[in-house]
Amino acid sequence: MAKLPTPQMLVASRPAFPDKSWLDTKPEFTPGSFCYPAKKETMELLHMPNPHDWDPAAEDWNLPENWEKILCDAFADRLEKHRSLKLFMDICVRCGACADKCHFFLGTNDPKNMPVLRAELLRSLYRRDYTMLGKILGKKAGARGWDMSVVKELFYYAYQCTECRRCSLFCPYGIDTAEITAIVRELLHEVGLGIHWIMDPVKNCSFTGNHLGIQPHSFVEIVEMLADDCETITGIRPKTPFNEKGHEILFITPSGDVFADPGIYTFMGYLMLFHELDLDYTFSTYASEGGNFGSFTSFNMAKKLNAKMYAEAERLGVKWILGGECGHMWRVINQYMDTYNGPSPANMEVPVSPITGTVFSNAASTKMVHIAEFTADLIRHNKLRLDPSRNDHIITTFHDSCNPARAMGLLDEPRYVLRHVCNNFVEMPENTIREQTFCCGAGSGLNTEEIMELRMRSGMPRGNALRYVQQKDGVNHMACVCAIDRATLPPLADYWAPGVTVSGLHELVGNALIMKGEGKRTMDMRQEDLPNVAEDEPEESPADAPEAQGEGQ
Amino acid sequence: MFSSLLLVLLIGAIAWVGASAGLASLFGVALPYVAAVVFIVGMVWRMAYWAKSPVPFCIPTTGGQEQSLDFIKQNKIDCPSTTWGVVQRMFLEVFFFRSLFRNSLADVRESDPVSNGPRSIYYSSKWLWVFALLFHYCFLLVFIRHFRFFMEPVPSCITFLESIDGIMQIGAPRFFWTGGLALVALLFLLARRIFNQRLRYLSLLNDYFPLWLLIAIVGTGICLRYFDKTEIAQVKIFVMGLTHFAPVSGADINALFFVHLTLVSVLLLYFPFSKLAHMPGVFFSPTRNQANNSRRVRHINPWNPPKQYFTYPEYEDTYRDAMAEAGLPLEKQPEKAAE
Repeated sequence: MAKLPTPQMLVASRPAFPDKSWLDTKPEFTPGSFCYPAKKETMELLHMPNPHDWDPAAEDWNLPENWEKILCDAFADRLEKHRSLKLFMDICVRCGACADKCHFFLGTNDPKNMPVLRAELLRSLYRRDYTMLGKILGKKAGARGWDMSVVKELFYYAYQCTECRRCSLFCPYGIDTAEITAIVRELLHEVGLGIHWIMDPVKNCSFTGNHLGIQPHSFVEIVEMLADDCETITGIRPKTPFNEKGHEILFITPSGDVFADPGIYTFMGYLMLFHELDLDYTFSTYASEGGNFGSFTSFNMAKKLNAKMYAEAERLGVKWILGGECGHMWRVINQYMDTYNGPSPANMEVPVSPITGTVFSNAASTKMVHIAEFTADLIRHNKLRLDPSRNDHIITTFHDSCNPARAMGLLDEPRYVLRHVCNNFVEMPENTIREQTFCCGAGSGLNTEEIMELRMRSGMPRGNALRYVQQKDGVNHMACVCAIDRATLPPLADYWAPGVTVSGLHELVGNALIMKGEGKRTMDMRQEDLPNVAEDEPEESPADAPEAQGEGQ
Repeated sequence: MFSSLLLVLLIGAIAWVGASAGLASLFGVALPYVAAVVFIVGMVWRMAYWAKSPVPFCIPTTGGQEQSLDFIKQNKIDCPSTTWGVVQRMFLEVFFFRSLFRNSLADVRESDPVSNGPRSIYYSSKWLWVFALLFHYCFLLVFIRHFRFFMEPVPSCITFLESIDGIMQIGAPRFFWTGGLALVALLFLLARRIFNQRLRYLSLLNDYFPLWLLIAIVGTGICLRYFDKTEIAQVKIFVMGLTHFAPVSGADINALFFVHLTLVSVLLLYFPFSKLAHMPGVFFSPTRNQANNSRRVRHINPWNPPKQYFTYPEYEDTYRDAMAEAGLPLEKQPEKAAE
């Protein structure tokens, strides 16, 4: 990885617009500007079309001979399948309102990262084949035909979009670049073009159930180790039920939280919470991946990976599924799952919290509840004993993940939880949070090392907002509800706002949770010393601990 | 930019010369009829073209809090979960350009005293919203006002509208605000494209042409009323002839009138095949016209392909021994499976 420029240099080094028209400029595939290509074997194993070896930096991408026909046919097919695509090709007025809403554009100042021009890359092809004006006037009306440089350009910019939908919020017609990017990526896959960082996890998720390809026994071992860590911290070893039939709830979370720091602490938070509630639940090693890298590949691949959730819910005979903190996982669950793989199996029922009796009627069909909804409801009903002062060493802010924010509307549930487990919560500036949130800069399968500078650029709006509250309000922590964020925000924070740590929401819940019969807590979830704990203080019995923080009825 | 201006001027010149040379019936009768038919058929065709493709997924862009727990307040308009909510969202979108109202302007600074380093600031930026709304409403009112040429007797609501429009009582004939403001708004939208570097970079012929065309239409309209005054009574007889499919000769009418009429006809011809189709298009937008209720109600995809995935039995077959060793429950124990 090349050395990164300083943040000031990065901001200053955004180039001016090129002199030539966008139809005449072509991207340069320099190291750091593109993600590594998917391996041929991976693509073959997944039965992806036209698998082949290729190098983005090379002149020849080794496409199949009839690549133009494949792409034209695939484009025609997608137009017939998606009204959104036809509409978004037709009705853009190029008002430019979307331009400075895109984190990639703000960070790179590359005109083709303006959502409008990113879409024009495809729209120009549409014009030639589907509009009278384009047919007659050609390039004068912004129309062009397929050629290799266009394919390369589509690849370049489809992987400089994180499908965050921020532009779609500001568009007067709701034109959604995520939809266009997703379809462009599908088209590119038709001629065997994909990236390693997405396709390798897809392969692993498909065949072993999680994105690192950890086999079932190792997966269980790792979770056991996390349970041991919980015991070290609290004196209580939470249970870790796996693949057991006859439970009420199946719990599915992104597998990243099992493997990667700091996600593991969030996972420990789940274990402790469920143990404390004596929840009747099980994990599954088969459906051990909540995240869905298929959704960065094609609609069908997303469907394929998602199918395991209902299949496993049926096999285990659970009543409903509880989903962990994850961004795109929840886009898939909220907007696609029921359509892809529903209706839910007959053994499933409308989710009811076994602790509070709350009926989650908003999930009546999908039968899947978000953990933030579940925990907020517990706190509201005073079912948890919490000591938020255990999080007094942090002043936290909250990063809304793109998908829960703009494809679900999960905004206040995590904040409700956060306010009850932390005493110090500060919001970032209003144009950077809630539905207007900025992406971490590396969503949709772009959190790979080889494009680190690009990630820091696209993460600039988020990084700047974080730095602002760090300097102004002393914020030293950022909570989030997304596993990809937990992987991408720590380097982003180190770069833009050094000193800010990142965690999932349920790590903070785990810190604050007073468990029945727990020992005196001297460590936080990361086994670092808790502040305000004197070593020589007499042992406090749990009953003396501060009262539960729920608001009551 | 200039080529589209020249194109509009050329259209105007042809109409002028044509009408002056006695081809008034071509530009005043044949062209408007053709344009009206093409517009109607084109719009129906365009909408049918969109409607032919299904909406496979429920993909609203949520602009606020979802409906979830009863103590968490839902944003029922920006994140609707019911049809009524969607109707309200669409109403605000269509009549008040709700999404454009959110517009902001990002300013990235290399160093800022508060951030002690780089900082991005987002300023409220409503100018585009103001002028877009101004143009659309003024143009709508101008359009409605024109019904006094199409209808006899003139409905009282149109007479009332005219009296409101000319309420400042400036000049004779009275100055209509809507026409003037529509022109101002159009000039703003054009200036934006020319002077804003980003806009200039992304703008195409297809963006300048409708602006120049509309400017020319409004401009000639204003000229006909205030400067190169045309004989209103004659125009009315001529237009009534058109609407009753009994065209009368327009030979005595000002050539500029035919320029105006020709430009309007070109607009109608151009409309269904261009970005102007955003007018009906906004109603079709799946990120705005769907309710965020896809966890409560199953959305059906008509081309949903069959399920194909790595099934649990295949998975257990692959990892059975290791799973047994780890003590995981199995459907088939290793010895059973080996049989």
